[in-house]
Amino acid sequence: MSDLETFRTEARAWLEENCPAEMRTPAKGDDDVCWGGRNFVFQSEAQKLWLERCVAKGYTVPDWPKAYGGAGLSPQETKILRQEMAKLGCRSPLNSFGIWMLGPALLKFGTEEQKVHYMGQIARGEIRWCQGYSEPGSGSDLVSMQTFGEDKGDHWVVNGQKIWTSYADKADWIFCLVRTDKANKYHGISFLLFDMETAGVTTKPIKLISGNSPFCETFFDNVVVPKDQVVGEINRGWDVAKYLLGHEREMISGMGGDGGVTSIGAAMKATLSEEPVLRAQMALFDVDNLTFRAHGERFMDEWKTGKAHPAYSNLMKYVGTELNKKRNELVMSIGGSQALEWESERANGGSKARNWLRTKANSIEGGTSEVMLNVVSKRILEMPGG
Amino acid sequence: MAMTLNDDQNMLRDSARDFMASEAPVTHFRKFRDMGCKDGFSHDLWKQFAEMGFTGILIPEADGGMGMGQIEAGIVLEEIGRNLSPSPFLTTSVAAVEALKMADKAMRDRWFPGILAGETVIGIAIEEGVKHRPEKIACVATRSGNGFKLTGQKQFVVQGASSDMLIVAARTAGAAGETDGLTLFAVDKDAAGLSMEATRLLDSAVAAHVQLDGVQVDADAIIGEVDGGWTVLSKMLDAGRVGAAAEMVGVGTGAMDMTFDYLKTRKQFDRVIGEFQALQHRAAHLYGEMEGARSIVLKAQSLMDEGHAKAELYVAAAKAKAGLACNLSVREGVQMHGGIGMTDEYDIGLYMKRDRSLNEFFGDAYYHADRVATMNGY
Ligand SMILES: Cc1cc2nc3c(=O)[nH]c(=O)nc-3n(C[C@H](O)[C@H](O)[C@H](O)COP(=O)(O)OP(=O)(O)OC[C@H]3O[C@@H](n4cnc5c(N)ncnc54)[C@H](O)[C@@H]3O)c2cc1C
Ligand SMILES: Cc1cc2nc3c(=O)[nH]c(=O)nc-3n(C[C@H](O)[C@H](O)[C@H](O)COP(=O)(O)OP(=O)(O)OC[C@H]3O[C@@H](n4cnc5c(N)ncnc54)[C@H](O)[C@@H]3O)c2cc1C
Repeated sequence: MSDLETFRTEARAWLEENCPAEMRTPAKGDDDVCWGGRNFVFQSEAQKLWLERCVAKGYTVPDWPKAYGGAGLSPQETKILRQEMAKLGCRSPLNSFGIWMLGPALLKFGTEEQKVHYMGQIARGEIRWCQGYSEPGSGSDLVSMQTFGEDKGDHWVVNGQKIWTSYADKADWIFCLVRTDKANKYHGISFLLFDMETAGVTTKPIKLISGNSPFCETFFDNVVVPKDQVVGEINRGWDVAKYLLGHEREMISGMGGDGGVTSIGAAMKATLSEEPVLRAQMALFDVDNLTFRAHGERFMDEWKTGKAHPAYSNLMKYVGTELNKKRNELVMSIGGSQALEWESERANGGSKARNWLRTKANSIEGGTSEVMLNVVSKRILEMPGG
Repeated sequence: MAMTLNDDQNMLRDSARDFMASEAPVTHFRKFRDMGCKDGFSHDLWKQFAEMGFTGILIPEADGGMGMGQIEAGIVLEEIGRNLSPSPFLTTSVAAVEALKMADKAMRDRWFPGILAGETVIGIAIEEGVKHRPEKIACVATRSGNGFKLTGQKQFVVQGASSDMLIVAARTAGAAGETDGLTLFAVDKDAAGLSMEATRLLDSAVAAHVQLDGVQVDADAIIGEVDGGWTVLSKMLDAGRVGAAAEMVGVGTGAMDMTFDYLKTRKQFDRVIGEFQALQHRAAHLYGEMEGARSIVLKAQSLMDEGHAKAELYVAAAKAKAGLACNLSVREGVQMHGGIGMTDEYDIGLYMKRDRSLNEFFGDAYYHADRVATMNGY
């Protein structure tokens, strides 16, 4: 047996022994998802146990080094672990922006001390992070952002406003882009980390078209941030921000709702067989879905071996998010009037409609589809013009 | 399997790329088109294919071939597509070889050496209507002597009139619409009662309408099992489909590269037109579609090579996706070239014609999307 096959057998045995039965059922909604953090209330004993066991094994962040709370798995081993988790239907023990975004940036740009401290907290689910990038006047054109940190020797005093800050009202800390040099557009931004409980930080939830309010306006009024809470060099935060966006795009592109290659058509057979045009749309969607999964697989294999273009995740983000929107359009059409119900038990609290509306943000958050196309065209296709 | 080419495959790609670009570029295609070549391809080039080892890529090593798989055949096909190189490779070395691999030793010994030498050409005689409907085959084979007598008609037999042998699917039992009761036969081009009318296609390939009027074949002409031809037929068709898909990745990529180059050089409104965002976004979208097509084709090839149970589903999806993406590429190509894209002198229009032909070959995108739906349970 090859090492990888041995690993697969061991991983499977570990999961079978350690993943509670309750954690092998699909999460019903956001409430079932473990986000960790200071104020997180576990929904069940099983959820808590599953997190604790994964933390002990390093499986909340399997591919991170052991010194920073991971299990030190290779990309191949991580892939196998994910496959085995999917086969058993294991829920993710911990979701967080810390895992998906901040961690990889710290790994590349952080000091050893920062890695041990912040990545360890993330791996253990102790601190929940939010992302402070966008401002009312700076969305796609992020580098125009104005939130300013005034240099006070050993600390900055930060003033300004962020917007669309996902889960800002639930997060413990924020990774935030702050202008530290007004004279220099690209080289005048620093990547700061600070506690959301610091005096002067306030949040105001914004309600989305889905009826939920997962994001906020975030205000900074004379917020004091010590200088050792900068990641990377002062005024070079744009490099960190861009690197992190690459990861964010990769993550969002991986989302395909339920994700897999399994068609949603079979369960809708009765409706589809009576509506040939809808069935045809579904069939073309399935072709695209199988294509996207194969594309993702190829991208990951090329990425791992360093063959993928550095801007390629922008393409995957574009294709993946547009596909996910299409999927939800089909789910709504097939669902008919029941998918319109907004609150009833019968319609699972309007989950189809709410999910459908939520997916519209996929092609906006983390960089819009149009911006992705700009990047692909300029950086990969090398089209002319500024 | 990793979804990247290994070192050997990369080497094969480099040599196929160099070979097609130097020996069979678009100028070669034009030359044979403009001379009104009755075969639609060069026999000398076919011999050169053999010298390169391409013709026997899928022939098992035990039979003197290279014993490689669909990925390798696809590597050659992509370069064929990119250069519009006319050859019998797809029909003879991919589809026919896949069927003959399942034939007995006497039959393999009869046909493989000629294919390996680049001397033999084989036509695939399946279609009976204008659309791909393999299960509807009505051509009949009735028992006669030690073999069968074939009666019926076939069409869209690419290079049929240049072929030494036709693989004919006929019904030995059952009724049109049933997959049981089909049998595959190797029919010699000189068989009595076999007649052909060669017809030129839009892409300058030559296909044949075939008439079978009581063509007598011996039992040793049977490929596979009597009445059980669907198994061989499906394998042959899937090899042809995934091969056509790989060729379309080449055609689509060739057209796309040509278009992107044009966007970077053509000036209007005092600017290179590639600066216009309206074109940039469409270019980036097209690139994404072609990259997706390339990925699903590679996936389907590797599943076929593994003999995976899901291979059929992925081949259908790959033929559909490659067809849609390649079609988008040639349409955008002509459009973005403006007026010059409409001229015969410029190559982009040749890609458009080749795409149309390959899209139709062994089932179009809609046919295969429908199969994906059926295989997915709805
Ligand atoms: C659900 C959700 C969660 C989010 N979470 C966070 C978060 O946690 N933290 C955070 O900082 N931000 C977050 N965002 C904000 C997100 O990053 C921005 O919404 C996004 O970058 C777009 O900026 P904007 O909304 O200002 O739109 P604009 O930039 O104003 O864009 C408006 C329209 O113009 C188009 N456009 C803009 N520029 C160009 C161009 N150059 N070429 C062509 N078209 C263009 C856009 O594509 C879009 O269609 C979130 C957004 C959503 C929807
Ligand atoms: C069959 C045919 C008959 C014709 N008959 C005549 C005739 O009788 N008399 C005559 O004078 N002309 C005739 N024309 C020429 C026709 O008017 C031009 O081809 C047309 O104006 C486009 O110009 P072009 O070919 O130079 O393409 P280009 O202008 O070079 O365009 C190339 C591509 O770039 C795009 N593009 C250009 N500018 C922009 C922009 N600002 N933003 C976004 N995209 C842009 C175009 O849409 C096109 O896709 C004919 C053309 C054809 C094909």
